[in-house]
Amino acid sequence: MKRPLALLAAAALCAAGLAAAAAEPPKRDDGRRSGFDFMTREVQAIQRDDAQNPAMLWVQEGAAAWDRTDGTANRSCASCHGAASEASSRMKGVATRYPAFDAAVQRPITLAQRINACRVDHQQATALAPESQELLALESFVAMQSRGMAIAPPRDPRLVPFRERGEKLYRQRIGQLDLSCAQCHDERAGARLAGATIPQAHPTGYPLYRLEWQGLGSLQRRLRGCIAGVRAEPFPYGAVELTELELYLMQRAAGMPIEAPAVRP
Amino acid sequence: MARALITMPATAKRGEIVEIRTLIAHPMETGYRAGDDGQLLPRNILRRFSCRYDGELVFSAELFPAVAANPYLTFCTIATVSGTLEFTWEGDRGFAQTERVALTVAA
Repeated sequence: MKRPLALLAAAALCAAGLAAAAAEPPKRDDGRRSGFDFMTREVQAIQRDDAQNPAMLWVQEGAAAWDRTDGTANRSCASCHGAASEASSRMKGVATRYPAFDAAVQRPITLAQRINACRVDHQQATALAPESQELLALESFVAMQSRGMAIAPPRDPRLVPFRERGEKLYRQRIGQLDLSCAQCHDERAGARLAGATIPQAHPTGYPLYRLEWQGLGSLQRRLRGCIAGVRAEPFPYGAVELTELELYLMQRAAGMPIEAPAVRP
Repeated sequence: MARALITMPATAKRGEIVEIRTLIAHPMETGYRAGDDGQLLPRNILRRFSCRYDGELVFSAELFPAVAANPYLTFCTIATVSGTLEFTWEGDRGFAQTERVALTVAA
């Protein structure tokens, strides 16, 4: 009498599977692919598992830094935004919206610059150096709260001229190799550059752990690496040109899910 | 700023095999690379990892310069009694870090 029961159970499982599949919204494939899809299965496995993902070390450090008071105001991030344990709800979706326009400086700023502005204005602490481990830790902690959410660039009209300049730079041939971003990442995505597959350049996972860096890095580090790679002089960290490029790339990736903190080869 | 992440179940049945996964932040500088000034960067690696379960050594490993930064080590042990697992990483420049995680064993 065991077999009919097992059959029933199997039928129930099938029904449950069908129901789950029906609940998912139909995926519209527009051909955009995250860098994740271009990686080997082994590297994908590292990103899928938080226990293996080395970027989680920075996230853990960021959560501790979040609750730590600093500066002459003797305040922490938690003093305004709630403790790190609650930040998952408070900071949800924040990373999907950056770079965003900052009225104080009248230009778009990145998430890292937002964190530093908070430090200077509200904590009255010194700004953290770009690409410093502590800034990356805080940034990765905030970015992780938006994991799985769609990239949603703000529809702020003040951002439009900056975004347009970003797109122009994306299509501008630069450096001794006379190459634009678009020539590799639009026209040759999926092809190979030496041993590496050229991805479509959607910034879905920053800040991310790159195996080549043996550490965590921001999108600006990635952009500077590419610019140096075509033998042009990279813009300094925090330069408005890099933020403009970032704005355009986030618009280009609008709707794709955030993977931060991702892992890349 | 030494950071470590340990992933393992908090409870287990007696005799059950428990998977333990560890990750530690460490540069694992090989000693063979040159810095920006052309001088060799001094070696700075982890040399030894060990795990003690209620004082008894259940796993240990020696690490060498070819190991990547932020080493990830995973191993299994058999749950015997409720107790503490003590994880120790030791390395160059007097590096030493110990983390403790409790494991509750039900009969």
